[in-house]
This record gives sequence, structure tokens and C-alpha cells, in this order.
Amino acid sequence: MNLHEYQSKRLFAEYGIPVPQGHPAATPAEAVSAAKKLGGELWVVKAQVHAGGRGKAGGVKLARSSDEVRRYAEDMLGKQLVTHQSGPEGLPVNVVYVEAGSDIDRELYLSMLVDRELSRVAFIASAAGGMDIEKVAEETPEQIFTVAISPDAGLQPYQARQLSFGLGLDKKQSRQFADLIARLYRLYQESDASLVEINPLIVTKAGDVVALDGKINIEDNALFRQPKLVELRDASQEDATERKAAQHDLNYVSLDGDIACMVNGAGLAMATMDLIKLHGGEPANFLDVGGGATSERVSAAFKLILSNENVRAILVNIFGGIVRCDLIAEGIISAVKEVGVSVPVVVRLEGTNVDKGRELLAASGLDIIAAKDLTDAAKKVVRASTK
Amino acid sequence: MSILVNKNSKIVCQGITGNQGSFHTTQCIEYGTNVVAGVTPGRGGEIHIGVPVFNTMREAVRETGADVSMIYVPAPFAADAILEAADSGVELIVCITEGIPVLDMVKVKSALRSYKTRLIGPNCPGIITPDECKIGIMPGFIHQKGKIGVVSRSGTLTYEAVYQTTQNGLGQSTCIGIGGDPVRGMNFIDCLELFEADPETAGVVMVGEIGGTDEEAAAEYIKSELSKPVVAYIAGVTAPPGKRMGHAGAIVAGGKGTAADKFKALDAAGVATVRSPAELGSKMQELLKR
Repeated sequence: MNLHEYQSKRLFAEYGIPVPQGHPAATPAEAVSAAKKLGGELWVVKAQVHAGGRGKAGGVKLARSSDEVRRYAEDMLGKQLVTHQSGPEGLPVNVVYVEAGSDIDRELYLSMLVDRELSRVAFIASAAGGMDIEKVAEETPEQIFTVAISPDAGLQPYQARQLSFGLGLDKKQSRQFADLIARLYRLYQESDASLVEINPLIVTKAGDVVALDGKINIEDNALFRQPKLVELRDASQEDATERKAAQHDLNYVSLDGDIACMVNGAGLAMATMDLIKLHGGEPANFLDVGGGATSERVSAAFKLILSNENVRAILVNIFGGIVRCDLIAEGIISAVKEVGVSVPVVVRLEGTNVDKGRELLAASGLDIIAAKDLTDAAKKVVRASTK
Repeated sequence: MSILVNKNSKIVCQGITGNQGSFHTTQCIEYGTNVVAGVTPGRGGEIHIGVPVFNTMREAVRETGADVSMIYVPAPFAADAILEAADSGVELIVCITEGIPVLDMVKVKSALRSYKTRLIGPNCPGIITPDECKIGIMPGFIHQKGKIGVVSRSGTLTYEAVYQTTQNGLGQSTCIGIGGDPVRGMNFIDCLELFEADPETAGVVMVGEIGGTDEEAAAEYIKSELSKPVVAYIAGVTAPPGKRMGHAGAIVAGGKGTAADKFKALDAAGVATVRSPAELGSKMQELLKR
């Protein structure tokens, strides 16, 4: 689950991490009154969407008067913001964040995530802030500094020094930085974050270290113990089909192709997409119906798949292990009847009671194309999709 | 021979009285697995599905000599269950539970370093030595005693590999699902090392997927340490970056962990890779005939 910048910064502030003053606004009038409350003569109006690259997409504007604040808020609110991370349709801007302008001396980069190789939480810092960090890592890896924290010993002073010397901070800034990352480490653990990114972390002209941006992702597996953070969920920023899938305990990811697939198990679901591609087709989605492919779940899955207008054929690929293939076949038959599937359906069943399952499908009178194995299924569905 | 588990393994099931625990433990017992104990706090003294239940792991191990734990405890309590198992002295822990918070696993993994116990999983189908011992949720009947070691991050995709090697008569020595989480116990390299040392294993089928760099590390290891043939497949060539594909660990992040990179590393290490999972079994057969 992702948090908006204004939500992330509120959390930063709760942990004593320095951020510029700011207020969220849902209307241009609110934006203007936010600017008035902040005072000063320079404000930043920032579109609140769950995607990076807002600046280049026109989602971050400097305003020098309240008229400008109003105009920028009007331009952004109620629109879709398309960035290089948002997908071609963009994301709706329902809130803008109005922030006091900062005097920037230097822009740095700081993030936290779990280093999978080390199985530890790690800080990543770079003096090349405000840039695409993946590019920095690729082109100038010597500019990236990483420290991984032992969960037993915790963050150590030498690790803070390693980072602050790497960033070229002076004595006062290093002290502020060490304090900031200690607070951030606590925030990361207590919030069950999966990512915290501050890009840029700035040094102001007055020589203070401040988080000018903030991005926090919370790990989905830990939401059960983060009730306060769950309340911050903004469903408008999430894919509607994926959200609906989650309500049915289905794992669904939209893709650009026209061959839908329904599979039990995440690995097999990915492999099925790959097979479709390998045989000349394009997958329309990833869909894992899980171990208990009951007729109810299969129905829900068919409905989801068919809500995508691009779908021209469906491949059902089930390896019945603990679940019996005859039960799965019954589920498919009742779902196809109930939902009224109008595109060709190729079914590949394997596993327990597979003969009985295939018989049921053949006898159903429905237009279901049976496949004998993985390769046969992929070939048949690609052929069916081009007819 | 086999690796890690065999007909002499004595299994204790943590979370045996739950729905999942009851169902799958029953299946394991029917397969022939020697389940000697169950643990559910507060249910000690009961007999559940024919198995004596204890309140704590220490008690269960002391009374029954159990040496492998199989965990079905719900995610919020699973980290505690893993550490209780480690503390009880079992040699192997197989954690089936899906959805354990990654920061819990960071702590568990660090704490496990002070024990000799090995951990398989979490979020995995388990481990099976055909005809001897099934620990986990895999369908037993697709397996056949034989000479191929199978190691995989996925569940049903593992079953494909297993089924193919059963159909072509090679059979399996031991199959391990190491799980789909980003922070987990045993890794490809740990399993490859054991398969290399097992005289009954003639070749290894390795099934990876997008996310992390464990397949790349395994490729290096295979190149320098493995004498036995390895066939590998990586799922997720078509997965878009930044999207989690079902498994918590199956995500291409920061340009790292793509299937293309993994295939490249494995190819460079001389591993026989297949672009279709349907060819895992036939490729292995071909290699063993050479």
C-alpha cells in the first residue's frame, strides 16, 4: 500500500523528521487559504498521486502569488496526471499539497528498503539527489552509499558516518543527518514500511537537512497490524480491477495483451503468460485463483477477466493437486454458463481425477476447447485469439 | 538416499488443530509421513487426528524425539512459531504459512544464525522425498521415487516439473519448494550443495522466478561447484516492472531481478535453460542420456 507525499510527510513530522510546512487541499479555495496560513511569498503546489516523475509531468509548480497558487491548483485538481510511472491513462489528482518554498543549497538522495541478499533493512544515499536514482546507480555507482542494519544491534554511529561523509555533509549537517536516519529507522520498523524514499533530501541555504519529498510504501502482509495506516489508503490511485480482485482474494495484474489467463498458483500463472508470449500471443493479465479453485472463485475470476474489453480468448490452466479436477471442471462449467462467456475458452487440466474433469467439460455442450498439455494449450489459445 | 528428510524423519506439526494444519497433516500421514506430535498452545494433552498434541515445542520434542517441524500457524504468529521451533532443537523447520511480514522474517533470519536449524520457506509448498516423507501441501501422487532433485520458488510450477520427471520415468530424489517470499530460509545454493553431495541425485531441476538475485548467485555457484547437470527455467519474462506477481518476492524493482538477467546469468554459467516450463523434464532426460 502506498502513501501520498502529504501523508508520508505527516508521518515524518510525527517522528520528528524535519519537513517544510504544508497543508493538503482538495479545492483551489482550500489551496489559497493553505498558502495564506503558511505565509511567506513562495509556495510549491504539488499534485498528490501515487507515481514518481511528477515534476516533469507538470505536477509540481512554484507559485509566487496566491493567484498563482489558485491557478495551479485549478490546473491540477480533477485532472489525470500522466507521468512516466503512472501508466498511459495517468492517475487522478484529488488533492494538491501546498508547501512553503525552500531555499535549496544541495539536493541529496536517501531511501530505505529490505536488502534481499543480506536480509536486512538498508539505507541507500547519494549526493546526486533529485535525479533518477536507477540511472545514477547504473552510470556512476561510486556515488551510491549503502549501509545495512543488523536487526539485533540496530543502526550504528559508524553507519551514519559512512553515509554523511559520502554525502559530503559538514559537522552540523552530519549531526542532523544521524538524528534523521535514526528516526527514519524507527519509523520504518514501526510502520512496517517496504520502502521509504526521500528524493530530494535537501541542505537548505541556512545549512539544515530537510526532507523535501517523501514516499512511503507499507508492506501489504503487515497491514493487519497497521490499522491507522490502512485508513490512509487512497483507492482512487489503484487499478480498479486489481482492487476488485483483491476483494475476492484473487491476485490480478492488468497487462496490455488480448489473451486472458486464469491459473492456480503464482509461479504457474507467470509461466502461463510467458508461454502465451512464446507461442506468439500477448497475455492480457496475470491471475492466480489460488489453491481452492471453487466454482464461486472461478466465476468471480471469469467476470474480472471479461471486464477487460481487449480480451479475445481465455486460457484456463489448472494443475489440480489437492483440489480435484472434476470439481474444477464443474466450477468452470457453471461459471461459463452463469457469466455468459462470449470468447473462446481453452482449458488445460492436469492432476487428480483429470479424466473425469475432461469428460465433464466435453459433455457440457459448451464451446470449450480442451488442451492436452501446456504447449498444446498455449498454441490453441493463440490460434483462437486470432480468429 | 535423499536430502534433508527421509522415512526416519519424525515430524511435529505446529498449528495442527487449525483448518489448514488438520487437513494437510492428515494428507501427510496418509502419504506415510511419520507425524509424531502436534503443537497448539492450550490444547496440550488432546489427541487430534490421531496425533498427540502438546502446549510447547520443547515438550513435544522432549516427549517424542521429533526432529522436523512443519508450520501452519497463521501469519501474525508464524515468526514466533519458527523461533520456538529453532529453540526446541529440531534440525529442520518447514514453514508453509503465507503472508508473514517481511520485517518479522528479517528478525527471524538473524536470530536463526545462532542455531544449527535449517529453515525451508515461508510461503512454500514444503519438501518431499517420494515414498518416504511428505512435509507440506504438495499432491503426493504426482511424485515418483527417482534421481532428480527439484528446487523451486513456486508451488504449482514445481508440480509441473515433478509431473514431467515422473511421466518420463526419471523420478525425484527430493523436491524442495523454497518459497516465494523475499526473505526466506534455505536458498537455491543451500539446496544445490546438498543435491551435489547426495549420491542418489543424478541431476537438478531448478525453477526460479523474477525478483531478487538468488538465481544469479546460484548460476555462479553451479559454474564453480556443481558436477551434476542442471536444467533451469525462470518464470516472469512477460511480467511488467514494479508489479508484484502474486508472490511477495516476485517483483522487478529498480531494474533488478528480471527474468532476462537471470536467464543470461544461467546461460553464461553453462546451465541448460529452457524457455518453456513444458520442456523441463525432456531437457533433463536429454542431458542424462549424453
